Amino acid sequence: MTEKTILAIDDSRTIRQLVSQTLVDAGFDVTTAVDGEDGVSTFQNTRFDAVITDINMPKLDGFGVIAAIRGGEANRKVPILVLTTENSNDFKEKARNLGATGWIVKPFEDRQLVDILKLVTGAEKG
Amino acid sequence: MTDDDTTDRGNIIEFVSLSAGGQGFCVEITSIREIRRWSQVTALPFSEDSVLGVMNLRGAVIPIVDLAGRLGLGTTEIGSRNIVVVVAIGSRIMGLLVDSVSEILSVNSETIRPNPTLRRDGGTSHVTGLLPVEDVMLRVLDLSALFANEGEEAA
Amino acid sequence: MSNDSLRETFFAECEELVEHLTEGLDALASGEWDSETIHAIFRAVHSIKGASGAFGYSDLVTFTHAYETVLDLIRSDALDITPEILRLITRASDALAVLVDTTRQEGAASLDPVRDLIAELDSTAKAVSADAPPEPDFVFAPVTLLPIEVPGDADDTPAGADAAADAGLVISFKPLASFYVNGHEPQRFLGALAELGDLSVRCDSQSVPPLDAFDFDGAYLTWHLRLLGVADADAVNDIFAFAAGLCDLEIRPVGAGEDLTDWSVAPPAAEPDTPADTLPGPDISPAVTPSPNVSAAPVPAASPAPATEKSPPAPRGANKAANPIQTTLRVDPERVDRLINSVGELIINHAVISQKLESCGVGNDSEIMAALDDYRYLAREIQEGVMSIRAQPVKTLFQRMGRVVREAADATGKPVNFISEGETTEIDKTILERLADPLTHMLRNSVDHGLESAEKRRAAGKPELGKVRLTAAHRSGNVVIEVADDGAGLDRERILAKALDKGLVLPDAKLTEAEIDNLLFAPGFSTADSITNLSGRGVGMDVVKTTIASLGGKVGISSVHGQGSTFTISLPLTLAVLDGMVIGVGEETMVLPLASVVETVRPNRSDIHEIGSGERVLSVRGAYVPVVDLAKTFGMHSAGSLKRDRSYVLLDAGGASIAVAVDSIQDQRQVVIKSLEGNYGAVNGIAAATILGDGKIALIIDSEALVELVSPRRKNRPLIELEA
Repeated sequence: MTEKTILAIDDSRTIRQLVSQTLVDAGFDVTTAVDGEDGVSTFQNTRFDAVITDINMPKLDGFGVIAAIRGGEANRKVPILVLTTENSNDFKEKARNLGATGWIVKPFEDRQLVDILKLVTGAEKG
Repeated sequence: MTDDDTTDRGNIIEFVSLSAGGQGFCVEITSIREIRRWSQVTALPFSEDSVLGVMNLRGAVIPIVDLAGRLGLGTTEIGSRNIVVVVAIGSRIMGLLVDSVSEILSVNSETIRPNPTLRRDGGTSHVTGLLPVEDVMLRVLDLSALFANEGEEAA
Repeated sequence: MSNDSLRETFFAECEELVEHLTEGLDALASGEWDSETIHAIFRAVHSIKGASGAFGYSDLVTFTHAYETVLDLIRSDALDITPEILRLITRASDALAVLVDTTRQEGAASLDPVRDLIAELDSTAKAVSADAPPEPDFVFAPVTLLPIEVPGDADDTPAGADAAADAGLVISFKPLASFYVNGHEPQRFLGALAELGDLSVRCDSQSVPPLDAFDFDGAYLTWHLRLLGVADADAVNDIFAFAAGLCDLEIRPVGAGEDLTDWSVAPPAAEPDTPADTLPGPDISPAVTPSPNVSAAPVPAASPAPATEKSPPAPRGANKAANPIQTTLRVDPERVDRLINSVGELIINHAVISQKLESCGVGNDSEIMAALDDYRYLAREIQEGVMSIRAQPVKTLFQRMGRVVREAADATGKPVNFISEGETTEIDKTILERLADPLTHMLRNSVDHGLESAEKRRAAGKPELGKVRLTAAHRSGNVVIEVADDGAGLDRERILAKALDKGLVLPDAKLTEAEIDNLLFAPGFSTADSITNLSGRGVGMDVVKTTIASLGGKVGISSVHGQGSTFTISLPLTLAVLDGMVIGVGEETMVLPLASVVETVRPNRSDIHEIGSGERVLSVRGAYVPVVDLAKTFGMHSAGSLKRDRSYVLLDAGGASIAVAVDSIQDQRQVVIKSLEGNYGAVNGIAAATILGDGKIALIIDSEALVELVSPRRKNRPLIELEA
């Protein structure tokens, strides 16, 4: 099976490392981006099977990322998961209205993250 | 190097035989790093008599111990003919001053006899076995036991 | 995955974030800020909270949550940055830094010291958002709201499934266009449902329009589902939680006696939910084609289409490797240490070659010597480069010290302006880490003892705001750190009185100002009665001095009455090499750390006085300094008789002076430090070893330990006699 490709956007180095280690261990091909702007430009250059994004980020926040991807040309129906500590309904509502596919509240469990990613990318269950 | 190895059936063990303090010993080859000629050492203050000092081994500072002294067999007279056997004991490297090193022996572990003095005298517990070679008898040295508390003593 | 390395990343990142936070707050305080400053401050705290949660550091999460809530209100302009608020968030930043530090060192931190602060943050936030609808409580436990319930293993049937064996749900599920826009795919939901129970699927494609009227972004399919063995609609609702509002969903229990196999006939249909750019033509089979009366569970497994219809991913190697912002390289410090060691060998090796060539009679002007000079130059360059890997700017330490000063100012009620300079000055990481304690003590001292109260300052015609200045600079191969205050200066009369009281000086001793000042560093000087709750804590300036000395450094003091005091710490750039004085002791060569050498003297015979049998003192400018015979102390053969004229090296260490009798003084040079402990063990009086140019080993003397070694004999000797 071709490795599923994930774009993980987070300004926290720890979270980037955490997410990418977890997903790489699970057999995903992970690319990271350090803020929203970096994420969107990376997204435009490459085709990903799913995007995980933080909300609070410099330059362009997670809402901006969702809007940019959904409003863009290429691969705009990619599943976008929001990974954030924000747990308020307003935030979720806003993200969903912009087109987020799902919402994961930090801290997440490795297994959960992997399972969700497998589901949304259609990767084999492991 | 300990009982476990020597009781294994039909194991071939390689030893280096050496003499110190007038007695014949053998040390398992796996703990020996190299064999060097004696060279001048730098004395260490407050060390026990058998610790002759430290030597520069390619940038590492290693202590040199008179094996005879350590075994309580008197003091080795130091001359240019002496040999230093560099051994690894755990993570530590040290040099043992001996009179001579003779040969490498491949022996079947079954030929090693137990040291009958072991139970009576704890002081010789570093001799774990006796190895008859032709007409002589070599003492199988357990260096870990011999230098078990070296680090603490030095401190 | 290595959790340790991840944890390391986390704390390194926290350190940076605290740094950003401090910078942001400094900007706020100085008035030079914009909205991005506020955002950056918020993000710093927010990121710490996010990552703390990942490691289960619940106390950090609790604190950052309270902190972040206040920052969020500032960010959204609901809260103005008044001086009180600025103080509050600055204190919170200080507390956060301590919490992070404690967590790093101890694996957890207690919230007890910050309870009041949290309460204050909470009440500040509440006062503003009193009218606002309550936010859901922040839940620490890993909580996940999923678009799709994540099923467990295949045999992980939900509880109650057995009881519900006869039950079932009839579900009608019609995705809206927005469902597809948000990246959802019906199959995923069907797959998740299939994990709950026995699922049958029928797709109603009656509303799919003819191709010419087909809107690629439209939604035309309705899924009729029967889920047997599941009685609880909640589980199904959970699965659809994130698609709420994006689809029409009807769930009803299976009616009694309902014929579950009777599907109304409907032709299989293509589904339009594949991405528009890869939409198959009309003759291509649909991804999922459930036939009537066929249980299609699990659906995604029966659907290879998503995997095959996608264009292969574009090559991404370069993109993946190059992280545009990652400018630092994380290296295991052991590797650097090994490199430092090897470079040390290289330099020794140079010395060996050069000495051998000289002994062969090769002249200094020969070509080979010139080439060897290049060798030395290159080796030094590599050494400097390698050393610089271990070097770190003092900035983080200084920021921490800023917090110490603010704390001290709060505790004493003295207004203090903390100024730090030279934050970019770099110093060996290990030295840096070990400087925190002595600097903390010195700064607390400066605020507590150095600065006068506001009233006294006013009376003395000084501004009420006291100054404490912390500076770092490179000076001739050393790092010099100064702690200066503009207080009253040392009260020498009090110091002297106290020293007399403690028996540290003789009543009739005549001391210079510098000698009195140095009494501060004498062991036993700062004891109970000088301990305030602030600078006390059982540590005296003697400990400061000992710590600095153990780093190969020196500390000095200068003070001007009415104008303030300055403590000066001078440190080597690295711990891997040492500036040493090479001496001959008996037949051996040894090295004295230059940091503790005061001077070398070749005294007249009349300056040496025998005391009883064997003990001698050296008279230096009126003071009597005990003579230590190194060869004798270390039990080595002395080359010459004691009566012979010898050189003496005055050492100042551990608060005492001694005159070390040596047979020869060879030269001063940098030596590479080699530990004795790896292969041997610690030796009393010896700090380490080094390898000389001829390949021989020379022992490096531990000045402190040497003084300690010879001191019991002169336990009651008044200290001041020892001050050279």
